[in-house]
Amino acid sequence: MASDTDASIDRIKAAPDLQALEAERVSALGKQGAITQLLKTLGAMTPEQRQAEGPRIHALREAVTDAIAARKAALEGAALEQRLATEKLDLTLPVPPPLEGSVHPVSQVMDELAEIFADLGFAVATGPEIEDDWRNFTALNIPETHPARAMHDTFYFPDQDAGGQRMLLRTHTSPVQIRTMQSQQPPIYIIAPGRTYRSDSDATHTPMFHQVEGLVIDRGIHLGHLKWTLETFLKAYFERDDIVLRMRPSYFPFTEPSAEVDVGYTMVKGRRVLGGNEGWMELLGSGMVHPKVIAACGLDPEEWQGFAFGCGIDRLAMLKYGMDDLRAFFDGDLRWLKHYGFSALDVPTLSGGVGA
Amino acid sequence: MKFTLSWLKEHLDTEASAAEIVQTLTAIGLEVEGVENPAEKLAPFTVARVLTAERHPQADKLQVLSVDAGTGEAIQVVCGAPNARAGLVGVFGAPGAYVPGSDITLKVAAIRGVESRGMMCSVRELELGEEHDGIIELPEDAPVGARFADYAGLDDPVIDVAITPNRQDCMGVHGIARDLAAAGLGGLRPISIKEIAGAFLCPIEIRTEDEEGCPAFYGRVVRGVRNGPSPRWLQQRLKAVGQRPISALVDMTNYIMLSYGRPLHVYDLATLKGAIVARRARDGEEVLALNGKSYRLDQTMTVIADDAQVHDIGGIMGGEHSGVTEATTDILIECAYFDPEHIARTGQKLGLTSDARQRFERGVDPAFLDTGLALATQMAVELAGGEASEIVRAGSPPSVTKTVSYRPERARALGGVEVPKAEQRAILERLGFTVEEGESWTIGVPSWRRDVDGSADIVEEVARIHGFDKILTTPLPRRPGVAAPTATPEQMLERKVRRTAAARGLNEAVTWSFIAESEAAPFGGSAWVLENPISEEMKAMRPSLLPGLLAAASRNIARGADSVRLFEVGRRYLADGERPTLGLVLAGERGPRHWRTGKAGGFDAYDAKAEALAILAAAGAPVENLQALAGASGVYHPGRSARLSLGPKNALAEFGELHPATLKAFDLSGPVVAAEIFLDALPKKRGASGHMREAYSPPALQAVKRDFAFLVPSDAAADTLLRAVRGADKQAIAAVSLFDVFTGQGVPEGEKSVAVEVTLQPGEKSFTDEELKGISERIVAAAAKAGARLRD
Repeated sequence: MASDTDASIDRIKAAPDLQALEAERVSALGKQGAITQLLKTLGAMTPEQRQAEGPRIHALREAVTDAIAARKAALEGAALEQRLATEKLDLTLPVPPPLEGSVHPVSQVMDELAEIFADLGFAVATGPEIEDDWRNFTALNIPETHPARAMHDTFYFPDQDAGGQRMLLRTHTSPVQIRTMQSQQPPIYIIAPGRTYRSDSDATHTPMFHQVEGLVIDRGIHLGHLKWTLETFLKAYFERDDIVLRMRPSYFPFTEPSAEVDVGYTMVKGRRVLGGNEGWMELLGSGMVHPKVIAACGLDPEEWQGFAFGCGIDRLAMLKYGMDDLRAFFDGDLRWLKHYGFSALDVPTLSGGVGA
Repeated sequence: MKFTLSWLKEHLDTEASAAEIVQTLTAIGLEVEGVENPAEKLAPFTVARVLTAERHPQADKLQVLSVDAGTGEAIQVVCGAPNARAGLVGVFGAPGAYVPGSDITLKVAAIRGVESRGMMCSVRELELGEEHDGIIELPEDAPVGARFADYAGLDDPVIDVAITPNRQDCMGVHGIARDLAAAGLGGLRPISIKEIAGAFLCPIEIRTEDEEGCPAFYGRVVRGVRNGPSPRWLQQRLKAVGQRPISALVDMTNYIMLSYGRPLHVYDLATLKGAIVARRARDGEEVLALNGKSYRLDQTMTVIADDAQVHDIGGIMGGEHSGVTEATTDILIECAYFDPEHIARTGQKLGLTSDARQRFERGVDPAFLDTGLALATQMAVELAGGEASEIVRAGSPPSVTKTVSYRPERARALGGVEVPKAEQRAILERLGFTVEEGESWTIGVPSWRRDVDGSADIVEEVARIHGFDKILTTPLPRRPGVAAPTATPEQMLERKVRRTAAARGLNEAVTWSFIAESEAAPFGGSAWVLENPISEEMKAMRPSLLPGLLAAASRNIARGADSVRLFEVGRRYLADGERPTLGLVLAGERGPRHWRTGKAGGFDAYDAKAEALAILAAAGAPVENLQALAGASGVYHPGRSARLSLGPKNALAEFGELHPATLKAFDLSGPVVAAEIFLDALPKKRGASGHMREAYSPPALQAVKRDFAFLVPSDAAADTLLRAVRGADKQAIAAVSLFDVFTGQGVPEGEKSVAVEVTLQPGEKSFTDEELKGISERIVAAAAKAGARLRD
C-alpha cells in the first residue's frame, strides 16, 4: 500500500504541468482515487483495526496532499518566472522632464530680509509707488529748491492729488516711513521693501529698482543701535561672521546725523567677496531720523527718536549671489531666471539658513 | 570738488601725509572719490639738453640729436620735431619709459637706419596739454638730469572729494582745511588780505532792485588792467583740477571760487551802459551766456543788467557780451549774494548748471562779501595791474546770527558716542562755533554753516569729528520669547501664490512697471502716464501685468525658447489705486516632443484655467463656487476666455487664449494663453479661527457611484448641468464629476453627450434600492430643468 503511495508521490513530484498534476490529484484523492478508496475501508473495520489503520491512512493522505501543494507552488513559480522574463522594459528610456519653476532673486531676497528682520522684531510695511510730492520729498525735509531733489531724477505725472500735491513715482522707499509714522503710534520697528524709480539707465542703474527701508522710532534709540542693527542684519544675510562695517558721516536731508555705510570685502579669484576689509564698498545710507521729519508726521521729536536706513535689494542680491548686470533682472530671460532663480521650496528660514 | 595737496597746504598748516589727509577726509564726511598724482606717470622723464642736431642721412624731416640727460654720456635720439635744435632744453624719455599721451613704451629702435635711444617729448605726449607742434622747450637754466615732474612742480597729488549738498563751506579749499584742522590734522591758516584803498570814486552806479533774489551786490572798478594769460603757477593749479585757464582775470575769479567757495564775476566796464542793476528779468528777455547758448528768461529770475541789456544770469552764468577779453582795460568786479531758493528755481527752469550755481544754491557765506571782494581786488591788481576804485555796497546780505540750544548729553543719547564735554567744546570751537556753557549750552553757529540749525546737527558735528568709528555698538531691546510673526495677510498671500506658481513649473519674472501707451490701450489705457518718461516704451503705468510678460515671452521665443511659462507678482496701477496681481503667460509648446506623448502640442485655454484655479486654491479662494463667465478683457479671444467670478460682479481672475491681434502686437504666434489673478479681489479670511481643526469623522459607510449620460444642446455650458445635478439632492450627493463629452455617432445633430459620475454618500444606514431609485429620478429631473435629457 505504502509503496503505491510512494509511487504516486514520485509522479506528483515529476508532474510536468498543472494539468498532469491535476490528473495525479484525481487518481489519488478523487472520488475513485486510491487514497479515497482506502479511507472508505475504515468504515468497515473493527475499532481495533481502525485504531491501527486510521492514522496510517490519514498520514498517506497528508503526504500526497502536501506533495501536490508543493508541486503546484513550484509549477506556478516557474510559470510566473517565465512570464516575467518576457515582460522587459527599456528603462534607459527618458521620462518627461520635470517642469522647473523658479522664484525671482528679488522676491527671494525680500523673503530673506523679512525673515531676518522678523527675528529682530521688525514688521514688513508697504506703501504706494505712485506717491505725492509731499511724502516723497517735503515731509522728508527736502523742500522744492533743495539740491538733493536734482539728484533724485524724479519721474513725474501731470496729475495732482486732492490736496494739490504733484504726483510722482517714489524715488525711494522713504515715503513709507512717513506713512507709517502718520498711521501708527511708536514704538515702530518696520522694514519696507519695494519698487522705486529714478530716471537713470546704465549697467548699474535701471529706471526701476528695488529698495528696502528700515525704520525704528522708540525712546532712547541712537546711532549705536543703528550700527548694531546693520551689523546683525548683514551678518545674518550674508551668513558670515567676518562682515565688517564702516560708517562714514554723510548727508541725507531726512536724517541727522547721517551715515553712509561701507562694507568690507576680500578679493577671491578676481571677485569681490564680502567679509574682511581688503577694500570697502558703499552699501547703504542711514542715519537718525531728522527731528523735522518726526514732527512732520505729528510725533513729538522730544519724546521719540530713532533711525532709518535704505539699501538696494537688487544690489544685495548681486553681492550675495554673484549677478553682475542689473538690467538682466528685469528682462525675463528664462535662461537667467532658471540660473539665478530659486526653487519654490527654498523658503528662507532662520533654522535652515536664509540663503539658498 | 578737486584740489591739490599743495593748494590745501596753503590753507592748512600740517605735517600730515597725503595718505593721512585722504583717510581723515573720508572719516569726517568729505568722501574722497579719487587721488591722482600726475608725477607718477611722469616719473621716468628727465630734463635734458640737446647737444648737437644733425640732418638724418636718410630723411629730410628727421634729425639725429645727441642729448645730455645728465647720465654722463651723450645719447643718440632720432627726432622729427621742427623745433629740435642744439642748445634746446627739453624733456627726455629713455628706453623703457611709458609715454602716457601716445600709449607706447619706448625701446631702442632703428629709425630709417639710424639707432634711436629714447625720445624728446611734446606736451601732448606727456598729457600736459594739446599742443603737438614741437617738443617741450624749457628755460635755459632748467637743471639737466632732474626729474621733470619735480622741476615742473607736478609732484602734487590731486584729491577729488564728493561734497554733500549741505556743505557749501567745503566747496572751497579753505573750508576743507578748516574741517581737517578740527579733526586734529594741523592748524587752519588765517586768510591774509591786503586792504587796497579806493583811489577814486566808483564810476558806475550799482543798485539792487530785487532784494529777494539778490539782497546784496558789492562791486568795485579796477582801471588800467592788462589782461594777458595768467602766471604759470595759477594755470597749473587750475589745470590740475580740471579747469581751463582763460585769462588772468577770469582765472582769478575761478581761483577764488575754488579756494573760498566764493563765486565772483568780472565785467568789461567798457561794455556796460549806464547803471548796473540786479533786477528781475522781463518775460521773454534773452541773454547769450558764456557757454555760447542763448537763454530766454522770465520775471521769476534775477539778472544783472545795465540800461541796455541783461549781462548775467545772476549767480549762475555771465553773459558773452560783457565778459573780459585781452583788450579789456577797465573792469567791474561783482561780489553779490544771491538767494539759494531763487538760484535753485532759475537753474531748474533753465536746465543750466555751473560752479557758481552749485555754490549759490547751497548758500554761500553771507558774511564773506567784503573779504571776497578784497581778495579779488588784490589778486586782480597783482595779476593785471591797475588801480582800484572805492567799494560800492548795494543792499545788505541776510543776517546770520543763529544760536542753537544744545545739551552735551545728546552726543551719547543720539549719536551713540561718549565724548567728554571739554572735547565737545574744543571740536565745536575748531569748527568755528562759539560755545556758551550752561545747563544747556548756547552754541553760536558760524555764518558759513547754513546747514546747522538744531541740536541734532551739533551732535553730528561732534560725532563726525570725534569719529564714527567710535560709535558704541548697542543691541536693540529684544522682546522676550521667540520672534512673533510680522507678515500681514496680504504679504502671506503674495508669498503663497508666488511659491505655488513656481512649484507648478512657472518662472517668476520682474518686468517694468511702465509700458508703452500702445501696449496699455487694449486694457483700457493707462490711468497714469509719465510727464518725463525715459522713453516712449516706458511711459504708461501698466493697467495689467500681461504686456510686460508678453514682451518677455516674445523675447524668449526670439532667443529660441521652445516653451515659455512666465509669471509675475506685482501691481496694476489703476486710477483709484495699486492692485496686487499675479499674471501668467504660457507660450510655445506645452511640453517637448516625447516618445510617450508624441508630438509637441501648444497650450490651450484650459491650461490657463488650470493654473488660475490652482493658484486661486492656494490663495484660499472658494474655487468650487467660482463661475466661469464670459466677458474677459479684449486682449483675449472672445470665445476662448472667461472671468472666474464669485457672482456676476466680483471677478477674481481672467484667463483664456489671447486674441490674434494681441499676439500680433507682441510679435508672437499662437496659441498663447494667459491669466491674471486679482489678489485684491479675493475674499478676506474671516477672523482668526485658531489652529484647531474640526473633529475627524469619516463616513461610516462606503459611498455609492452612479453614472449618468445626458444630451444637451451643443452650445450649453457644462457647468449649468453640473450645478443642477449637484443640487438635486444636497443630502446624498457628495460629488459630481464630469468624465466624458462626446459628439458624433449616436448623438443627434446639434447636441452633445455629457457623462457624469455622481458619488452618493449614505449616512447612518445604506441606501435601499428604493432610495437610490428616488435619487436618480431627482437627478434626471433636475438635469431636465437645466435643459438636459437622459441619454437612452
